[in-house]
Amino acid sequence: MRLKIILALSVLSGLILSWNLHTMFLKVPDELNQGAIFRIIYFHVPSAITSFAGFFLAMFCSVGYLIKKDLRFDSVAASITEVSFAFTTITLITGSIWGRIIWGIWWTWDYRLTSFFICWLLYVGYLMLRRAIDDPTTRARLCAVLSIFACVDVVIVWKSIEWFRTQHPGPVLSIRSGGGMAPGMEAPIWWNFLALMMLATVLVLIRMRQEAMQREIDTMRRYAHAF
Amino acid sequence: MSFLQQALAIAGKDLRSEIRSKETVNASLSFALVILMLFSFAFDPGSDQVREISGGLLWLVYAFAGTLILNRSFARELVNDCLDALISSPASGAQLFFGKCLANYLLLMVVECVSFPVFIIFYNARWPARWGLLFLVMLLGTWGITVIGTLFSAMTVNLRLRELMLPTLVYPMLIPALLGAIRLSTVLIAGEALETDDQIWFKLLAGFDVIFTVLSLALVEIVLVG
Repeated sequence: MRLKIILALSVLSGLILSWNLHTMFLKVPDELNQGAIFRIIYFHVPSAITSFAGFFLAMFCSVGYLIKKDLRFDSVAASITEVSFAFTTITLITGSIWGRIIWGIWWTWDYRLTSFFICWLLYVGYLMLRRAIDDPTTRARLCAVLSIFACVDVVIVWKSIEWFRTQHPGPVLSIRSGGGMAPGMEAPIWWNFLALMMLATVLVLIRMRQEAMQREIDTMRRYAHAF
Repeated sequence: MSFLQQALAIAGKDLRSEIRSKETVNASLSFALVILMLFSFAFDPGSDQVREISGGLLWLVYAFAGTLILNRSFARELVNDCLDALISSPASGAQLFFGKCLANYLLLMVVECVSFPVFIIFYNARWPARWGLLFLVMLLGTWGITVIGTLFSAMTVNLRLRELMLPTLVYPMLIPALLGAIRLSTVLIAGEALETDDQIWFKLLAGFDVIFTVLSLALVEIVLVG
């Protein structure tokens, strides 16, 4: 059943992404000031939202683990964090490419960029911690605590655009700013968001399968050592 | 015994142990001086450039030196299974954590109070006119370092890669607090007026301390006991 869901979501996500690529390259015109490079926003913003959503979801799963002590919550949290981390990397890379063209620099120590980079570093720590602990229960417990701590930092990132002076562009989506982009130009962002969310779900499901297999192997290994 | 009495008993034990051995404070203080000296090779001491980055230099020294104190905080309890004895004592995880926090805070403040005049002398800076405000920044910033560092010290105490993992986890987590402390310290050491925008950094520092103190007290039992 799960395999069918993975396949269905992969196909659907692929179709939406292909349609979006067609729309953004052939139908949406160049932006007046930025030219063709503005299209990077169609991947930058959905990746950022997907990664944020993932980190929050991972935190809830971590809280779930601490309450229920069920290792399945931990494997969901770990899978979501790994996938969200990949999307954070995509956000940083696409933002950097956009910055090179528009600002003339690959990177600037603007508060929002810095905060996003801090988030990236925090989750590098999370992934390192997972690999540094052998015992599954201790690993799940400590990683759950770290996930909650790291998520608080994500909140600071989320609010930083309002708290700090920044050279990062202001909110462009109508849901936050009451309209910054033309509706025809904004729609592909939401379609891409849907496609990337589906892709993220597929990756999380695949990763969860691996985690379940790993748990099974660990159990068999412990069983073998017992005799 | 009340919460505070238990915590003070733990803090007293840690401080007595430190006063007798002096191993952590001596190492931390020497390390702070070494970093201050190394920075003098990287930048021209006494130049205007140093005035502009004084807060950054100072807080990097504090953060680096602080890690030495924090790393030892729980690790010193591993010998003779003292950590297990502490966990099974009537003191709760939160009391144990808070006591260790108080001891680490005091030790780190001592290191900071000694290295700050040395920084003033080495880098030809003037004693800040609003030293009270700077002291407040030091109190807030150091509590942030201590609370996060002590919790992560508890988290990493049983890891093989303890010495590597602690800085990797702690520094990214501390960056919001360090940013605030660096910005305010630079302004105060340079003797410039605090702008309205700078008040948000005070709020950030105080908010950071409150949020992470509450979170740590709530989660430390899980970290230590499970």
